[in-house]
Amino acid sequence: MIATRRAADTAIILIIMLLAWQALHQLVGATALPGPVPTLAYLARFVPSERFAENAWATLVCFFYALLLSYGIGLAIGVWMGIHRLSGAVGEPILISLYTLPKVTLYPVVLLIFGLSLSGRVTFGAMHGVLPVALLTMSAIRNIPPVYLKSARTLHLSGWQTILTMLFPAALPEIVGGLRIGFTLTLLGVLLAEMFAAKQGLGSLIINAMQLMQAEEMLTVAVVLFAFAALANALLLWIEHRLHRRV
Amino acid sequence: MSRVGWIRLAVLAIAIGLLELCCRLGLIDQRVVIPPSEMAVALVRLLISGEANEQIVRTFGIVLLAALISVVAGFALGAVIHALPRVRQSLDPFFATYYAVPIFIFYPVMIVIFGLSAIPIVLMGVATAIVAMIIATLNGLDRVPQVLAKVARVHRMGAIATALRLKLPAAAPHLFTGVKLAVSYAFIGVIASEFILAPAGLGRVISDAYTDFNNRQMYALMLLLIIVATIVNMFLHVVDQRWAERRGIAKP
Amino acid sequence: MTTAAADADIHAALSGVTRVYPETIATPPVHALGPLDLELKRGEFFAVVGPSGCGKSTLLEVLAGLQQPTAGTVMFEGRTVSGKVPDGIGVVFQEDASFPWMTVWDNAAFGLRRNGVATAEIRRRVDDALAFMGLTEFARAYPAQLSGGMRQRVCISRTLVLQPRLILLDEPFGALDAQTRLLMGDEVLRLWRRTGATVLLITHALDEAAMLSDRIGAMSARPGRFLDIVVTGWSRERDSKIVSEPQFGEITGRLWEDLRGESLKSLGHPGMAAG
Repeated sequence: MIATRRAADTAIILIIMLLAWQALHQLVGATALPGPVPTLAYLARFVPSERFAENAWATLVCFFYALLLSYGIGLAIGVWMGIHRLSGAVGEPILISLYTLPKVTLYPVVLLIFGLSLSGRVTFGAMHGVLPVALLTMSAIRNIPPVYLKSARTLHLSGWQTILTMLFPAALPEIVGGLRIGFTLTLLGVLLAEMFAAKQGLGSLIINAMQLMQAEEMLTVAVVLFAFAALANALLLWIEHRLHRRV
Repeated sequence: MSRVGWIRLAVLAIAIGLLELCCRLGLIDQRVVIPPSEMAVALVRLLISGEANEQIVRTFGIVLLAALISVVAGFALGAVIHALPRVRQSLDPFFATYYAVPIFIFYPVMIVIFGLSAIPIVLMGVATAIVAMIIATLNGLDRVPQVLAKVARVHRMGAIATALRLKLPAAAPHLFTGVKLAVSYAFIGVIASEFILAPAGLGRVISDAYTDFNNRQMYALMLLLIIVATIVNMFLHVVDQRWAERRGIAKP
Repeated sequence: MTTAAADADIHAALSGVTRVYPETIATPPVHALGPLDLELKRGEFFAVVGPSGCGKSTLLEVLAGLQQPTAGTVMFEGRTVSGKVPDGIGVVFQEDASFPWMTVWDNAAFGLRRNGVATAEIRRRVDDALAFMGLTEFARAYPAQLSGGMRQRVCISRTLVLQPRLILLDEPFGALDAQTRLLMGDEVLRLWRRTGATVLLITHALDEAAMLSDRIGAMSARPGRFLDIVVTGWSRERDSKIVSEPQFGEITGRLWEDLRGESLKSLGHPGMAAG
């Protein structure tokens, strides 16, 4: 009963957001900001189109590679810095200050190295995602209670058994939290790269639409990306909560 | 400084030295990356010539303004939402999703509505920063121990005195975490917006320098941004940690 | 007990007090306390023991004026208590209520500063209270640097400087280990003797109640009522050494007789309680 009330309250928030959109639309005019209804109508026509599919596919491919890099490198750094205490102590502040840096500043360097290519966009996306994955993996490993290691020894577990049956499950929820934030930021990085300089992808589609004053298309792409990110986040958050409850 | 601190300094020095060496030896093309020493020289020259001063002041001014608006409005909104549990519950999924959505996709929308001026940039700065402050405020007010309300009544304190003398100081370290996040997020929001499209500002100048192959100017300003952002963020981070330590709050 | 002389001897009193927590969306109404009568004599040390959730803390908060009784009246020094904590009552809570943003000294001075007491007087009273609680060398420390027991002493100092005539202690040592609790008990006895205040102690520890009090009220499971009032007969100059006396065993034994069934009830075994 409480769950349904919550769902209802959240629905009310969504409706309020739609109404605010409509009100803003009335305020600034249809050319600058189309209302929700024409946008959704445009969305229904645009999403099945070839042009959308091509650009969405380009973004997805780029995002997939960037995510692979973020997770691979982030987990490797995180595990290493979590296990090797000295590296962790030395590296953590460096990673934190890199994390808070506006990484867009560095995009021209990436462009100078890779040119206007897929690898440049992938690298830039991965630059955003690596740090949270590494930082949270490190903290997950550090936060494993020492009593687990003691129990593993009293149970005469081998090194690999200890890692598989004790350390990995204990650290998993927090690592998944890092993967979730890494997912979000990698997507942001890829989209920023596409918005700044690219000939394909949803990010460049938005910028083109803005320059051609096609507000409906611009909003449509924004809404699609919004929904994609929100759903993916909800899914990862759900997994994270399940893991936390289990522990 | 501790041993770890020295090692960290050495690691950074070696990294910069290696980059310098690679550039000097031609392992890295100077058309791609210029040696760090030349970046520093270019930055000093640029600062002395005063060419970029206007842009520098403009950008840091906008960051400051956006951070200020976010902190003040974020705290006020957080306090109001905290007082209304049902509103808060329904907003929770919204907060949990907010930073998962790349809000930059709405920057072009802002430009279309407000025109190509400083307003959309300030708004993007606020949009990236304010929710962090709201969440930190909610978090801080949640951590105010219930027993403080009883202590206040034993001392026959009114609602305002209780809020100012007990609840605010109790929540203060968490609120500061919000300030720290708001500043660094405002930085990211403003610079990224200027980068993508802006009439002026550091982001725009760097992006122009890139298009004009003016590597010296580009790397000088990049270095400036990185130095300022790092110093500000590290300062806030250290103050935050000190405060948490003194209050015995465990922070990740 | 209607003569003026007898009334003057009664420092605080609850008569016919009940407390029912009103129903909320998630919970039905809860009858937490009473009806119950209690008269605290001036200068006595009274302890209330009972199983967890029996309404002990509710009793303290009603007496302090932190909660309104649903029925009945609360009197303190001849006046009805309603809605406000009267002057002259000091409360020490179970939770750590020290202010982590203030030094130990400023914590202790908090109430005096609010009351606008002169600076010299504040200094005298705070230094005195900190010395009495053994906190002098920690005056400049922050609570986070102290142990749980030390922080509770800070809270006691903060109450003490206001020179309360009735001190209410709500399981102040609940979070401390058993040995520290005995030592803190000695401190409380010293404090009680020196201030001459009336003390009401809420506790779930039978030994603590037996060692500290002049009288002990054994409380039933919810709704809380007094099952028995035990008079200990200790001299005023007692300390924790009395735990080795045979009388101490008799008192704790009697309290356990009173409370065994009630504790089982609060554990959720009514059948066992009957047997």
